Amino acid sequence: MSNEEIGKSRRKFIKKAATVGSLLVTTSLFTPFNAVVYAVERPKDPSKTWWGYGIDIEKCIGCGRCANACKTENNIPKQPFYFRTWVEQYTIKNDGTVKVESPNGGIDGFVQSVPPEDIFKAFFVPKLCNHCYKSPCVQACPVGATYETPDGVVMVDETYCIGCRYCVQACPYGCRYINPAKNVADKCTLCYHRISKGKTTACVEVCPTHARILGNLNDPKSPLVKFMKEHTCLVLKPHLNTGSKCFYNALSGEVR
Amino acid sequence: MEQNFQHLYDMLSQVQGFIYPNELDLQWGLLIVLYPYITGLVAGAFILASLERVFNVKVLGPTYQLALLTALAFLLVATMPLVSHLGHPERFYEILMTPHSTSAMAIFGFVYLWYLMVVLLLEIWFDYRQDIVIWSKETKGFKGRIYKILTLGVTDLSPSTIKWDDKIGYFITVVGIPSAFMLHGYVGFIFGSIKANPWWSTVLMPVIFLFSAMVSGIALVLFIYMAVSFFRKQKIDMPALDSIAKFLFYILVIDFTMEGLDQIHRIYEAEESFEILFLLVHGPLFLTLFVFQIFLGTVVPLISLGTLQLYKPSEKIRKIIYLSCSLLVLFGIFFMRWNVVIGGQLFSKSFYGFTGYKLHLLGSEGFLFSIIWVIIPFFILAFLLWLLPPWKKVGQHENN
Amino acid sequence: MPPQLKRLIPLFAIFIFLFLAARSFLVPKSFGEQGHYRFNSIAENKEKAMIYAGKEACDDCHSDRIQEMETDLHKGISCETCHGPGSAHIANPDSIKPMIPKGRDFCGMCHSLNPSRSKLVHQVDLKEHNVTENCIECHNPHLPCQMKK
Repeated sequence: MSNEEIGKSRRKFIKKAATVGSLLVTTSLFTPFNAVVYAVERPKDPSKTWWGYGIDIEKCIGCGRCANACKTENNIPKQPFYFRTWVEQYTIKNDGTVKVESPNGGIDGFVQSVPPEDIFKAFFVPKLCNHCYKSPCVQACPVGATYETPDGVVMVDETYCIGCRYCVQACPYGCRYINPAKNVADKCTLCYHRISKGKTTACVEVCPTHARILGNLNDPKSPLVKFMKEHTCLVLKPHLNTGSKCFYNALSGEVR
Repeated sequence: MEQNFQHLYDMLSQVQGFIYPNELDLQWGLLIVLYPYITGLVAGAFILASLERVFNVKVLGPTYQLALLTALAFLLVATMPLVSHLGHPERFYEILMTPHSTSAMAIFGFVYLWYLMVVLLLEIWFDYRQDIVIWSKETKGFKGRIYKILTLGVTDLSPSTIKWDDKIGYFITVVGIPSAFMLHGYVGFIFGSIKANPWWSTVLMPVIFLFSAMVSGIALVLFIYMAVSFFRKQKIDMPALDSIAKFLFYILVIDFTMEGLDQIHRIYEAEESFEILFLLVHGPLFLTLFVFQIFLGTVVPLISLGTLQLYKPSEKIRKIIYLSCSLLVLFGIFFMRWNVVIGGQLFSKSFYGFTGYKLHLLGSEGFLFSIIWVIIPFFILAFLLWLLPPWKKVGQHENN
Repeated sequence: MPPQLKRLIPLFAIFIFLFLAARSFLVPKSFGEQGHYRFNSIAENKEKAMIYAGKEACDDCHSDRIQEMETDLHKGISCETCHGPGSAHIANPDSIKPMIPKGRDFCGMCHSLNPSRSKLVHQVDLKEHNVTENCIECHNPHLPCQMKK
């Protein structure tokens, strides 16, 4: 290559780089900053559903009917170590220590073992799958046996799961277990067989105080969106960036 | 189904503090402890072999083939603990058919196949091809027939073809080193990438796994070399043994530094999970971490092997030290895997309590069933040494 | 090309071909249609039978009861919260009856005294309040403000 040619190709290169660069700058001006990686896309069409869940800790009275109904509705083994949803009793004592209990997931009700004069604050926290849209369990599944549906529900394909338990390890919220009868991973399906027929989930159905709210995050008029507007809602373990779609009102910092 | 949860009722009494109810069932038991352990032995043994061939450490010559065959013997069973612990072992093929690109576990099947088919089998084949051809002509009966099949019909023994054996074999070893690094670094990534678990989730995990793999693999070859020489009533090549021990010492230093760095970083940063991890290492893991892994498995071998770098006692004493150090290191690295796998599941992800783990003697996750996967490789190795005895080899690769 | 490679390359080619052939047989139908999963699994999950029927279903026959409840503190509570799942009863209204919870413990799940419980629900100390009586002997569970005796 002669010097002249080199100069030519260099000019060409600079020109190209300038166009690409300016293109990048202009497009970044017009498209808002959006760095959602590893995520299932929320439907842009407002008529499409994007399921989410709300929990009002202030309303939960710890009756455990939700955990009980869930086991019946979804035919979950009755043993006290398989739960799709359960309730925890948090007791923060005056000395700052935290006591957490969940005997049989709350199905048999709760007793407060700490004497009232020692209690600084006490409340119930219902738990269930957070149906994360950057879900670590879906990311971890080696075969594609767990997935996020287009309407934002994390589910397990029990005919395809190999039972490696990697998803159980990957869930930061302890929401998965191995079904002892089927030997596959099992978890809350957000009662997909109910919500897809226009019914609500079993846990929401039986909650006597309406502490649990199921809703469509894509619908500005849904009860869930209304709940989120009227309350300061947080998700569990936000630092893990799981994209949880389970929003808690009155969530204390002690809750993990 | 009854047996599937009967033991969990006994576990209920062992829970300390609060755990999420689903966490009572500890998902990965002894079989998954063995999986990184065995894979690590493979990677370590292979890297020792490549030291001789690629890095031209000629003094290790007597152990080259032995290290390769050891790697193969263990690699052949490496997936077995993994498959046998699955809820549905018969669906294992799915991991090869529809591997999920975002899953750290999904690619293992391919990494494994690559390492087995492209690296280890080929390297051994090229190294032994000349001998297999000769043996296939000399040996009769069943063994001769195996040799005939193993030649794959390539019986050409012209100098140019033999030169090719050497050249390709060398090339595969060069490719094999990053592959061995990948094989085990990747196993570390399976744990290190779980952000839900602060005991696992560290960028150093693949590095730690890699170096501990090398340590354990080298110790295994050291042990097997001494054992094989003993059974064959052959004199041990002391320079080879000394330099294996030297490498074991160096890598043990790096391994210990890396693990120390990881723990110091963890202690100094003292994040949200610090308190529960502090309780973990001082409670349920105290014996297996401080006594087995760190003291017996690391400090004692470090001091004794380190002393030998400065002061050389008689051969007999050195042999005893090497033998005990290799066994201690193998013991220590086993508990390193144990502390990672079991330790990472003992504490609740709520950081408010612990579940328990009880090793059962029987059952699919039990001790007896698991120990099979450690014993079988030695039988495979015995078979391989019968089939491809390194001491009867005629062809020797040139050191390029 | 050296004779070794002449033999090995076809062998590996056969191996890869067999793998790809197996793959085309073994990947299930509908896998990958929407994402990295078996799309038909969504439909299968939808098919499961409902055990809890929902309050709307109770309303078909028992609207009088539901309207009556709307006048008192237990308004808004689903029938199945206390009476248990109702689908079986709806399918066989005469032979299968929903459960009628009895006993102090059941009411206590919501109403026993517990400092963790929201003050919005009435709470009683079950150890002191009419210990020998069953709650529903005196309280009407559908209209909790009305006393039976």
